Amino acid sequence: MSVLVYTESEQGTFKKAAQEVVSYAKGIADAMGTTVTAVAVNGDSPESLGQFGASKVLSVQNDALKAFNAEAYSDVIAAAAREEDAKVVVISSTANGKFVAPIVAAKLDAGYVPNVTGLPENTEPFQVKHSVFTNKAFATTEIKTEVKVVGLAKNAYGVHENATDASTVDFSPETNNGNVETVSVDKATDKVTIADAEIVVSGGRGLKGPENWGMVEELAETLGAATACSKPVSDMGWRPHSEHVGQTGKPVASNLYIAIGISGAIQHLAGINASKTKVVINNDPEAPFFKAADYGIVGDAFEVVPQLTEKLKEFKAQNG
Amino acid sequence: MKILVCISHVPDTTSKINFTDGDTKFDTNGVQFVINPNDEFGLTRAMWFKEKQGATVHVVNVGGPETEPTLRKALAIGADEAIRINMAPTDGYSVAKQLAQVVKEGDYNLIIGGRESIDYNGGMVPGMIAHLTGASFVNNCISLEIENDTATAIREIDGGKETLKTSLPLVIGGQKGLVEESDLRIPNMRGIMQARSKPLQTKEAVDAAAETQAVQFEKPAPKGAVKLVDSVDALVDLLHNEAKVI
Repeated sequence: MSVLVYTESEQGTFKKAAQEVVSYAKGIADAMGTTVTAVAVNGDSPESLGQFGASKVLSVQNDALKAFNAEAYSDVIAAAAREEDAKVVVISSTANGKFVAPIVAAKLDAGYVPNVTGLPENTEPFQVKHSVFTNKAFATTEIKTEVKVVGLAKNAYGVHENATDASTVDFSPETNNGNVETVSVDKATDKVTIADAEIVVSGGRGLKGPENWGMVEELAETLGAATACSKPVSDMGWRPHSEHVGQTGKPVASNLYIAIGISGAIQHLAGINASKTKVVINNDPEAPFFKAADYGIVGDAFEVVPQLTEKLKEFKAQNG
Repeated sequence: MKILVCISHVPDTTSKINFTDGDTKFDTNGVQFVINPNDEFGLTRAMWFKEKQGATVHVVNVGGPETEPTLRKALAIGADEAIRINMAPTDGYSVAKQLAQVVKEGDYNLIIGGRESIDYNGGMVPGMIAHLTGASFVNNCISLEIENDTATAIREIDGGKETLKTSLPLVIGGQKGLVEESDLRIPNMRGIMQARSKPLQTKEAVDAAAETQAVQFEKPAPKGAVKLVDSVDALVDLLHNEAKVI
């Protein structure tokens, strides 16, 4: 009857989203008077999930599951849910989480709601609030099935320490790869990704051309941030599509989002709205982004950005 | 190859979102509806398969009669036939059940959906169709090549991409990258005229109870005014001491 939570890892290391989703599952388990069981695939030190409230970890160690495979991973999660007789299954709404969750839900005949932004408002009936219309609104939705699959929006709940002694149990369910084979993975390992970044620095058309991105990258590097861009910038080929954030691009839910030379079209603002603190630097005080931002500087990006980078370098030197 | 492109009928990306009936229903007043952008990238890729590899392309939508102009637009872009399942789409699972039925009856071997619809952002229908029909499934698909029954798909992952090999029947959740923005087609007059005489079939829904139900909507709380600062020193100070993000 425990709450089951799927914890994602990368090369064995649990992601921050995994720590967050365990913290969240603990919140649900407390409300329902039960405990949290985590399921992990090829994760190192699974007992460490106890730190965030897991009482038990079903640990799958299987070389055949080294590469993410949605069908096989959904087999693992569904088998774990059955093993635990879980009525609530929690999966982070990351890219892979959103890939696997609908299949898990279908396998368990469970209703599924993604992008959930907080603990259930009620557990009977089971109602959760989630973002819709790409963060332009929220819906409260009731899940009516006996088993429920909840997708937690990234960075919506936060990581909460909740020291618990976690027992680790080896788990080896049968899996099948759904006839999809991974041929190659092409991933920059030296760069922080938009999905994982605490801080994102983003540039728009106001930067006038791809040759001017050096100062954006330097600011990002100083902050340990990921770089991103607006839709016109990716459409014109100044930056790769993978950097396009907005309604039809990637969603951003970082702690800090810095928009440079981005006017703030409604589609862009929707895509970054889940970020906690937004800063805009733009020479046009009428730019719509100023209505959506927390802090703003009206000024020429070509002057302000290098100054900001210098100031941050000083700040980092003083504050470690 | 027989392709089915699943089309969501969604508010245009510039729409202001409002609710009616005590915040229990989406207010369609003054809203322009379009083909869901992620689906449109997939539809355009399907046109390529039609023109280069002789594929047949059908489009399908689950919705009321008000969604027919969106299907007609897909026909004007070049789809051969359209199907409308006459049902108000309530949740992802009940929609997936309808679409799985269409897939089985029509013997489609490539089913193209979008990564997510931009209205409810569920992102669940393609995966559920794959499960219900036993087809393979690739989500976040940014490139798709098919030779005989073998498919090579590229999937966007956090910080990179992944190349996958699979086979038909296949369901994809597509997005930008399948084709470029500049490849998207605006229907021309000839296409619009032809679309009028192309088949648009209405089918009754199969039984499928909704598993989830939205009970209440709300808009985000209004935002406080932006704090304008005139120096980077002041900005860094606020980010450190007030927002506590650096």
